[in-house]
Amino acid sequence: MSSRTFPIIALAIAMLFGCSPADETSEPEAVFIILGSTTSTRDSGLLADLTERFRARTGIEVRVIAAGTGRALEYGRRGDVDMLLVHHRPSEDAFVAEGYAPYRRDLMYNDFVIVGPPDDPAKIRGTSTATDALAAIAASESPFLSRGDDSGTHKKEHGLWAEAGIDPGPHSGTWYRETGSGMGATLNVAAEMAAYTLTDRGTWLASANHQDLEILLEGDPPLRNPYGLLPIDPERHPHVKFEAAETFIHWLLSDEGLDAIDAFKVRGEQLFFADRSDSGGAAAVSD
Amino acid sequence: MGWIGDALAAAFELIVGGDPELGEIVALSLRVSGTALLVSSVIGLPFGALLGIVRFPGRRGVVIVLNTLMGLPPVVVGLGVLLLLSRPGPLGHLGLLFTPEAMMIAQSILITPIVAALTRQTIEDAFDEYGEQLRSLGAGRLRSAATLLYEARFTLLTAVLAGFGRAIAEVGAVQIVGGNIAHVTRIMTTTIALDTNRGEFALAMGLGIILLLLALAIVGSAEILRGVANRAA
Repeated sequence: MSSRTFPIIALAIAMLFGCSPADETSEPEAVFIILGSTTSTRDSGLLADLTERFRARTGIEVRVIAAGTGRALEYGRRGDVDMLLVHHRPSEDAFVAEGYAPYRRDLMYNDFVIVGPPDDPAKIRGTSTATDALAAIAASESPFLSRGDDSGTHKKEHGLWAEAGIDPGPHSGTWYRETGSGMGATLNVAAEMAAYTLTDRGTWLASANHQDLEILLEGDPPLRNPYGLLPIDPERHPHVKFEAAETFIHWLLSDEGLDAIDAFKVRGEQLFFADRSDSGGAAAVSD
Repeated sequence: MGWIGDALAAAFELIVGGDPELGEIVALSLRVSGTALLVSSVIGLPFGALLGIVRFPGRRGVVIVLNTLMGLPPVVVGLGVLLLLSRPGPLGHLGLLFTPEAMMIAQSILITPIVAALTRQTIEDAFDEYGEQLRSLGAGRLRSAATLLYEARFTLLTAVLAGFGRAIAEVGAVQIVGGNIAHVTRIMTTTIALDTNRGEFALAMGLGIILLLLALAIVGSAEILRGVANRAA
């Protein structure tokens, strides 16, 4: 360094750092795992609640990377995360079949809803199934926002269009609009454009920016949204913290974890429902 | 215009309320961007100075490439560093992805061309003016570069601040390589993006105001420092 000015600036910045709290990276002995998950579980605050309880119980820190299901699965394939909590069953089953995870466990579910403007130009309030609602939106060419980001919600939406026998692809840019963004960002756009969109109920309830949007369709059985747990297989990626990940999975599937999921509320409403059908199976798998 | 009041109120509440989480993300923002600033200065200043002085075939091309790299899109840098640090990548074994260090690497790559390119221009101009003099004193290239860096230090402060400004303000690269993990890799810009996604616009804007105030404090201090040094010189 040839000039004297820069060490001075460096010193000034170093002084600013002086008041910073403890440096997380200076604790190599602390055990942590990286969980690849979805924006819905993070933005609602559920994961912060669960990981804090788990840390208090075991001392293991869970670092959450919130991405769409597609991106989270890619992180898993690359071995950049230790486990996954995602929501697209066909992709999860493929992930196990490809040998990236030794097993998959049901953890919980919530549901998708279709939200839209209160004047409901496509008249979907009168329909009872998601496919009928989408058909009505397509027929009336009312603005519909797609995530367009390969997330679990986006994959779900594609499945529903396929069931309705409609290919919205050619209409992209007209009434069918792909935001390429997360659920929260897409809801913001929907609110501004008074458009329809498919959203998970958790992100919908947690969003502070509904403007005029309302839930127009809910309760159709295909709109159930199950979340699955997948530990990354150490045979594939020897560096993953498989044991710590399994400790977290066992805790989540224990009564303590499942009760915490059921007890979690945002604005007085329960967002996720523990799936107790799988809780007995996890312990056996680790043997 | 209610949103301005809401944002100011949110900023005020965050600062006065002494939210410990705010202190944490501000400190991490400064640590990451400050480190990137140091790295980019250590590399960019000497490299830019030598490029401003030394004449060699293809130099014009190097200058053009360097100036182009000033416009590196943060999201592309983020993706490049992700592939570099991801487990199958060449540096995957280090396990650096989703850590503050990964963010420092990304921001260093992002702003080193800015510091180097602005330094190159400054030193080249100075060399045009003082080159003859330096040569008559028998100064070699390294000596000339060092002398001109020192003489142009006040102008170069702007180059360094431009790099720092770019680092502290970007979200594209750190979001990808840091993952915006609460208490680990969450900084000011990723928090603003997160609050925007949550529809918490006032909170997001309040944080934006704090980020600007922070930049103002840093640039202001640098300016005062420059004034003091100028008088002393």
